[in-house]
Amino acid sequence: MSQAKDSCVKPAKGPIAPGIGTATEGVATQSVQREVMQMTARVGKPAPDFEASAYVDGGFRNMTLSEFKGKWVVLCFYPGDFTFV
Amino acid sequence: MSAVAVKREEIEALGVQIMTISMDSRFVHKMWQEQELSKMVPGGIPFPMLTDVGGLIGKVYGVYDDDAGVDIRGRFIIDPDGIIQAMEVLTPPVGRNVAEFIRQVKAFQHVRATGEATPSGWQPGRPTLQPGPDLVGRVWEVWKPDMAF
Repeated sequence: MSQAKDSCVKPAKGPIAPGIGTATEGVATQSVQREVMQMTARVGKPAPDFEASAYVDGGFRNMTLSEFKGKWVVLCFYPGDFTFV
Repeated sequence: MSAVAVKREEIEALGVQIMTISMDSRFVHKMWQEQELSKMVPGGIPFPMLTDVGGLIGKVYGVYDDDAGVDIRGRFIIDPDGIIQAMEVLTPPVGRNVAEFIRQVKAFQHVRATGEATPSGWQPGRPTLQPGPDLVGRVWEVWKPDMAF
């Protein structure tokens, strides 16, 4: 990965509501989406899409869940780096 | 995390993309990788390490603990259509079992490919079930509880 410039704050959209929230959406729209987003993860239902900043292959970039459509994905949440389990 | 990394080859052979996510920044992920994880696993963790700013993604996935202000341990198996097939959520002190998650992925892939159902404790190569009218009341004939272990 090329050495991308990276400032301290790099916005990533977080949860992306279905049907809306494309990359061209404005910030104001996003905050409205967030207010209405509740827990929607259920087995047998679509995994809620999101965009998050990531450390990957030694570099930084934003990733979305939907970019892996067509592959099996295992998403692992954990409490924090440098924890013990 | 590192336990998953040591099974990297088996996981990649299954065509599975792993992503890890916590509320730590990408800078902290980099330091953890360089300072600790790379000493547990040669080359460190080969998966993308994502940042859940403010726990917003964790909230949507039901793993954000607002008392502790962190995402607790949650593991989601998502199929190629983007459908969640399995979820497992644990409180922080108990780690997950990598072998079990690999078994579940194999079972879900088998089910997706064949339309069969896999009984409790199924492992590749073991008998599966063909759900249908003929099986009703007859599972005992084709499957015994000790086959789960």
